[in-house]
This record gives sequence, C-alpha cells and structure tokens, in this order.
Amino acid sequence: MSALSALFVQVFTSPFFSTDFGIVILDLLKTLALLVPLLIGVAYLTWFERKVMGAIQLRKGPNVVGPFGLAQPFADALKMLFKETITPQGADKVLFVLAPMLTFGLAIAAWAVIPVNNGWGIANINVGILYLFAISSLGVYGIIIAGWASNSKYAFLGALRSAAQMVSYEVSMGFVIVTVLVMVGSLNLNDIVLAQTHLWFAVPLFPLFIIFFISGLAETNRAPFDLAEGESEIVAGFFVEYSAMSFALFFLGEYANMILISGMTTVLFLGGWLPVLGLSFIPGPLWFIAKVVFCLFVFIWVRATLPRFRYDQLMALGWKVFLPISMAYLVVVAGVLEYFGWLPHA
Amino acid sequence: MIVQIVFALVSLVLLASAVTVVSARNPVHAVLFLILAFVSASVLFLLAGAEFLAFILAIVYVGAVAVLFLFVVMMLDVDFAALKEGFQRYAPVGALVGIVLFGELGLVALTWHSVSGAEIAIAYPMPAGTTNAVALGSLLYTAYLPLFQLSGVILLVAMIGAIVLTHRDRPRAKRQSLGRQHARMPAETLHIVKAELGAGAAIPSAKTQKETL
Repeated sequence: MSALSALFVQVFTSPFFSTDFGIVILDLLKTLALLVPLLIGVAYLTWFERKVMGAIQLRKGPNVVGPFGLAQPFADALKMLFKETITPQGADKVLFVLAPMLTFGLAIAAWAVIPVNNGWGIANINVGILYLFAISSLGVYGIIIAGWASNSKYAFLGALRSAAQMVSYEVSMGFVIVTVLVMVGSLNLNDIVLAQTHLWFAVPLFPLFIIFFISGLAETNRAPFDLAEGESEIVAGFFVEYSAMSFALFFLGEYANMILISGMTTVLFLGGWLPVLGLSFIPGPLWFIAKVVFCLFVFIWVRATLPRFRYDQLMALGWKVFLPISMAYLVVVAGVLEYFGWLPHA
Repeated sequence: MIVQIVFALVSLVLLASAVTVVSARNPVHAVLFLILAFVSASVLFLLAGAEFLAFILAIVYVGAVAVLFLFVVMMLDVDFAALKEGFQRYAPVGALVGIVLFGELGLVALTWHSVSGAEIAIAYPMPAGTTNAVALGSLLYTAYLPLFQLSGVILLVAMIGAIVLTHRDRPRAKRQSLGRQHARMPAETLHIVKAELGAGAAIPSAKTQKETL
C-alpha cells in the first residue's frame, strides 16, 4: 500500500506535470476522478429516490433488476438509449437539442469548485461561491430554451413558470449566501468550510439554513415547487416534447442539480468534510458524502409528503416571506459581528 | 500559451455573437447570442484576472437581466411582414440617428486621453496579497461610498417607478389573506346539519351563509 502511494507521489510530482501540457492532463485526471463517482451517484440517486419513496408509501420500490433492484438505473438508461428521439414539427431544431445538454452540462460544471476534502476542489478559486451562484443561475436557460424551442403551449407555460420561479428564489438565496460570507470573510469555499471548524453555520444561521434549503427545492424545480412540470396541470411542463436520450438528459440534469444543491448546503451550513462529534478517523470525503446523502434524503422526503404549491403562494413565499427574513437576518448578523468585534478580516 | 489560445477563441466568439445579435432575424436567437456575448465577456474578465467582476457580470446580466429580457422577447408576437412594411419610410430617420451616434463615438475616440499617471495604475492593477473582491470592496466603500450609495438610490427610484407605472389595482380580483385564513375557526365556517331520515337537510339561507363566511 505504501509502495503504491509512494509510486503515485513519484509519478505526479514528476517535472512533466508542471509543464503546460502536464497541467492540462492533471486537471483532466482530477475531473475524471470527480465526474465518475458523481455520475454514478446521479444514476443511483434515481434508484435511491424510488426506494425511499417506496418505503414512505409502504411499497417496495424497484426490486426486480439485480439484487435489491440495484441494476435498475442501467436498465432505465438502456431503455432510454434505444427509444426514438422525436423532434416536434415547427420546433427550433438546434435549440431543441441544445437545451437538455445545457441543463446537464451546467449541473456538472458547477462541481469544479466544490471541495470534497480540505483543498480537494478541482479549482480552488478565490470566488468559488460566486462561481456556484453564477452557474446555478444559468440553469434556468436550459428550461426556458427547451420550453420555447418545443413549439408547444404546455412546454412554454412550464418554461415561463420556471423562469419566474427561479429568478425569484435566487434573490433570497443570494442574501443567505451574503450572510454566510459576512461571517467567513472570504468567497473561497475551502475557507467557508474551515470557518465552521468549531460551529457549523447551521446553528447560528438556522433560519437561513432552512430558507436556503427550501430555495434550493425551488431552484431545482422539485416538489413542492415543481410547477414547471406540474403534470396534473400542464402535462409535463417544459419537457413534454422530449423523448429518449434528450428526456433522460433533463431527468439526469434534475438529479445532478439536486446533488449540487445538497453539496452547496453541506459546504455552506453543514461543515463540508468536517467530522461530526470528533470522529476524525473516518475520512473527510466520506463525511461529505454522508451529509450530501442526508440532504438528498430530505429532498425526497419532502417530495413524498408535501402537496404542490399554488403559483401565487409560491411567489408570495419567495418575495414576502423569505426575502424580508433573509435581508433582516443579514443586517442583524452584520450588526452583531460589528458590535462585538467578531468581523473576520481576510 | 494556453491562456492566449483561450483568449483568442473567446474574443472571436464574443465578436461573432455581437455581430449576430444585430443580424439575427429571429429576436429570440438575437437575445440568446447576446447572452453568449455576456458569457464570453465574463470569460475575458476572468482571463484578465478580474474574477469578481467576471462572476458578477455572469450573475447579474446573464442570470437575471437577460432571463427577463428573454422572457419578454419570447412572449412578443413578432410579425416580420409588418416589421418590414415601413422600412423605406423610416430608413432615413434611422440612418440619421446612426450617423449622429457614430459621430459622437468618433468625437469621443478622437479627443480621448488618459489621466496622467494612469499608466502606473495599469501596471499595478492590485496591491499584492489582496484578492479581487477585497480590493474592490475597500475602494467602493471608502473613496466612492457616496457615488456607490447614489447609484443604489437611482436603481431604487427606477424600480419604484416601474412598479408605479405598471401597477393596476384590480378591486375584483380574488386574493388569499393568509392571516384571515389562519384565524378562522371551524365554528365560523362549518355548518353541522343533523339530517332527519327521509326529510333531508335544511339548507341555511344565503344571508346566514354570508355571515358565516
């Protein structure tokens, strides 16, 4: 084992990896090391969701394909691959194909800055949280473009709903992030986690933690805010016209976004890779994964228990409840930090 | 070397998409190319080392402004025949506006000069050891505080103006009042009727129904 790790160190510290070309190769390897587990995670999240929902509704969930239904995601993927891709008449063909790729690509791209362990992020950039926020605000384009390019009324209605919803909830999400930044004094995600060594931000910022998570539900168009799909009102919303692999990309994009929001919640409020109760013999990445899985479980739990919001209630919640609370909390936190001289100086 | 290649590629994309914004026939495509131009501009900022500006550009312009823009343009029902109808009549006016704008740009370009000492500031864009966000913040909230606050007030005025201009009070619209709804007790809204067998329930009159609501 130690011989193997010594070999690893020798290979990756060789002069080749400090040349321009070598750095690119190294970054590609790092990306691969993150992407492969992430994509497997996305595939198994669909399985996890069906199992958890099954348990909540006193069913078994998938249990036929493979032991405990574990091969179900691959069976689904194969089915999707072999189905026919249908482009509706009058659709804008280029944009129609581009939209699902955009959704999925953005959900994956955001992972470039998330630190799974101390300093493990692929890009440990100074403004990591802004990068995350920018990428997650771009996610709305996949949905709008899909809705418009489909040339279908239901798809367009879904796209309009989703655009208004995501823009609204981003505002309060932004204020929550600003409050965390005021406490950390840095925009770097690694610093944000390290600032929680003694106390997770979920404790002093508990209301904001809840607001952030609920805004995350709205941002990913998940129940109870899945008005963009609203199968009982507008059939399937923005992806009515999609079939086969392009549908699967939207589907996977939604799950990748769920993992992303869970990762953001973990980094901002649940102390990232930091151990619970000083159990530091368990490696950091495992803690990170455990916290993310917990958040995902809550995502699914909420979906299985709560009915869908009405549209005016959704807007009222975002603008009249979350926004004032998060703004007021920001002012209070900044005031307290200033008064007691606790402001961090970066 | 890699940075130069990326810079060249991204600037090409930026220029091409900026041209396409003007030349695209479909307004939705034009807006999408505008968004591509924003994204490329933000990548250029990133390459120049202004990471804070880059992501703020992406968040504000791409993530919020352009979404609403796209939203509006998608709902426009553009009739191209009607658009082209008055082209010849309005062309001279448009040309005149264009010439004036170009003239102004030319005047600015001819008389432009940088403040003496600016070269030094360009050579040292940031004090060493500080990040982008810190450098910008410590400048904005000290030397430029009044201007910064003023721009915020202007935005607030614009927002309130937009609300005042577009707000319609619809007295007949039905609204949900959460406070009233939560304060309601079952006794106020429910009529428990004991129905006799074969006689049916006595329906409460319209007047009493209204009172209970």
